[in-house]
Amino acid sequence: MGAFESILLTVITAATPLLLAAIGELVVERSGVLNLGVEGMMIVGAVMGFAGAQATGSPYLGAVFALVSGMGMALLFGFLTLHLVANQVATGLALTLLGLGLSGMIGEAFVGQPGIRLTGIEIPVLSDLPLVGRLLFGQDVLVYLSLALVAGVSYVLFRTRAGLIIRAVGDNHSSAHALGVSVLKVRYLAVLFGGACAGLAGGYLSLVYTPQWVEGMTAGRGWIALALVVFATWRPLRVLAGAYLFGAVGILQFHAQAHGVAIPSQFMSALPYVATIAVLVIISRNRILTRVNTPACLGRPFVPDR
Amino acid sequence: MTVDDTTNPQHGVVGERRGTVLLDARGITKRFGEILANDTVSLTLRAGEIHALLGENGAGKSTLVKILYGALDPNAGDLVWQGQTVTIASPAEARALGIGMVFQHFSLFEALTVAENIALALPPDQSFRALSERIRQVSRDYGLTLDPTAIVADLSVGVRQRIEIVRCLLQEPKLIIMDEPTSVLTPQEADQLFVTLERLALEGCAILYISHRLEEVQRICHHATIMRHGKVVMECDPTKETAGSLARLMVGSAVHDLKRGVVPREGDVRLALKDLSAEAEGPFSVAIENVNLNVRAGEVVAIAGIAGNGQSELFELVSGERLSSSADAVTIGAVPMGRAGITKRRRAGAAFVPEERLGHGAVPGLKLSENLLLTRHSTGDGLVQGGFLKRDRAGALEQRIKTNFDVRMSHDDPEARALSGGNLQKFVIGRELDRQPDVLVVNQPTWGVDAGAAALIRQELIDLSRNGAAVLVISQDLDEIFEIADRIAVISRGKLSEAIPAQKLTRERVGLLMAGLDEDSGGAGDAA
Repeated sequence: MGAFESILLTVITAATPLLLAAIGELVVERSGVLNLGVEGMMIVGAVMGFAGAQATGSPYLGAVFALVSGMGMALLFGFLTLHLVANQVATGLALTLLGLGLSGMIGEAFVGQPGIRLTGIEIPVLSDLPLVGRLLFGQDVLVYLSLALVAGVSYVLFRTRAGLIIRAVGDNHSSAHALGVSVLKVRYLAVLFGGACAGLAGGYLSLVYTPQWVEGMTAGRGWIALALVVFATWRPLRVLAGAYLFGAVGILQFHAQAHGVAIPSQFMSALPYVATIAVLVIISRNRILTRVNTPACLGRPFVPDR
Repeated sequence: MTVDDTTNPQHGVVGERRGTVLLDARGITKRFGEILANDTVSLTLRAGEIHALLGENGAGKSTLVKILYGALDPNAGDLVWQGQTVTIASPAEARALGIGMVFQHFSLFEALTVAENIALALPPDQSFRALSERIRQVSRDYGLTLDPTAIVADLSVGVRQRIEIVRCLLQEPKLIIMDEPTSVLTPQEADQLFVTLERLALEGCAILYISHRLEEVQRICHHATIMRHGKVVMECDPTKETAGSLARLMVGSAVHDLKRGVVPREGDVRLALKDLSAEAEGPFSVAIENVNLNVRAGEVVAIAGIAGNGQSELFELVSGERLSSSADAVTIGAVPMGRAGITKRRRAGAAFVPEERLGHGAVPGLKLSENLLLTRHSTGDGLVQGGFLKRDRAGALEQRIKTNFDVRMSHDDPEARALSGGNLQKFVIGRELDRQPDVLVVNQPTWGVDAGAAALIRQELIDLSRNGAAVLVISQDLDEIFEIADRIAVISRGKLSEAIPAQKLTRERVGLLMAGLDEDSGGAGDAA
């Protein structure tokens, strides 16, 4: 296996959790909800994924644990912001703090324990192909799921009525309500989907990326996922490109250091955020881009009058 | 379209209403807290009838319409639809029955295309391509040109209304509710709408038509229900009434004709715009090109124009929200102010009232007295001393404005958002008039304001000018412009025509200028 191939393999591993979390948050934001608690949902997903794999012995069941726990966190967020109309920004930040604390408490017993790795599925023949074999056909199931999610989200958002309703609710919730759309129901479902994706992204970290539990192991990836959604101007395929770009930047910094290139690692870690700010500046200069892609009701609470 | 007199219900026998009863609302009551928005209201709508619903702001029209459309639940009363008692629990149920609505503030999704907007309102049983084809067909049949693939954010207000109407028509409704449909249209666009409405009525559709404009109600409506303070006060045939008698029924007292007074001869120029130009700030903004205008003490000059032709951009340049490239471009009093900010311009004796009262003219979440501080903190009213607010003085001023301009509020010094549109407009205009400014620039002074309040505001604007101020009014309402203006200029695509004395102009000429078709351009004959 060549050095280049191994770099690409690590890029995929680094990009997948970003992609999973960001594609979920994209749907949430398209429905007009700003959930800043991605980091919190991810870390709970990570610890519960680890715990689930330990308890059942199956990393796949661990991934299911991660997914369900992310949804649980999202349900809490949904109840507070959609039902009780709490401020979304404050609630999202609180969700992150809660997730970090909660995961530390749950994970105390798991620190230092060896984890169960979710291994790649080796597709016979195809994965033995030279060069592209391992890369394309030897990945774990979550990598394929993340790519399928991008395609699925893109299709649903822009080609189906359900997606049209999600975008409509995010663009103008009052009008959507007037048309008889249940705004809260759509947003609950979107928030739960986002939570499932974030939980799974966390599970990926503790089951694939580094199969063990370390406190705070998400290390800001939830925030990068949030930045990615803006970076991608709320378009699924750009989220895919952005996740792999940010993933590559993260991996390259290790290789750059190994080869003695004198770029401070802090600079490389800050790069995704710098890129996001640059994109924000560019899209806010272009009002058509902003208006067509930014959900106009993003972060605005909805209270129906009746 | 030629219509035989005998088949046109508009010319039917007095008092006799044609058509079968479609919707009968009986004893509708809706309570919001302590306010009875609808008090045992009854309304009968018939097939093929254009039925006007008249009333001042806050008379309960919108509440009633929302109940008919399923957006609000009544506290009491029955709705009988084609002989069956029904409960309309949601707009979707209303649409299923055959009730469609065209909203006053468009309920469109700006980020979506025309076809997507329409698809959302229809049952999900047809393909997108078939829908686009139906949109093209209906828009062709009714002369409502639409491109299904256009994104709404790029479209003008008139086109947006067409989307709403086509969306409504595709549901094949038996009843269409229209809330203030012409408030954003040019006279020509309104004429086009009336043709469509009359055709729909002939096809047997019932239309409930809400408007403040009595002249158009008389022109197209067959029957009128007039509401006041949540109750139905009168039903009549509007063609048998005069605009004056209808207004009296709505307001409950006579609306006095405006007292024009005399323009003092050749007052000093108080506001001068000289070669005022500004580039467009984005794809939805209009460039202002070489605007020249003098407004003299003692006169009211009005700028007519269709929305989106540079009115807001011009207003921003005059008020100082946006600076001009040269100081000479805007002169207030005798001082070049083109590079001065809004506070400096206010100190020089100018006052400004922007179009959007909630969010621009007033902060929704602040009390009225606090909103008062926002424009008058440094205009010599002593509201701020040593950096500290004098809240008692602001409160006293707020009381004075409330009394002088008849601002009605449920409790003392409420938040701006708690006021109805008309009352808030009286407040934001009163706030500036109360200063007795030398120059007043006001954008859309009576937009969405009822007849009584509009008459009060217009009279105040005239009185201010006759007391020696220069008043510049930007408006889309031609009735208003002809009522108050001494000279009229027309803005079209960011260019301002010469200001011409109002007596020398006709509505038709102004309408053509608004559409950018002056005689000079050579196209007027064909277009008319």
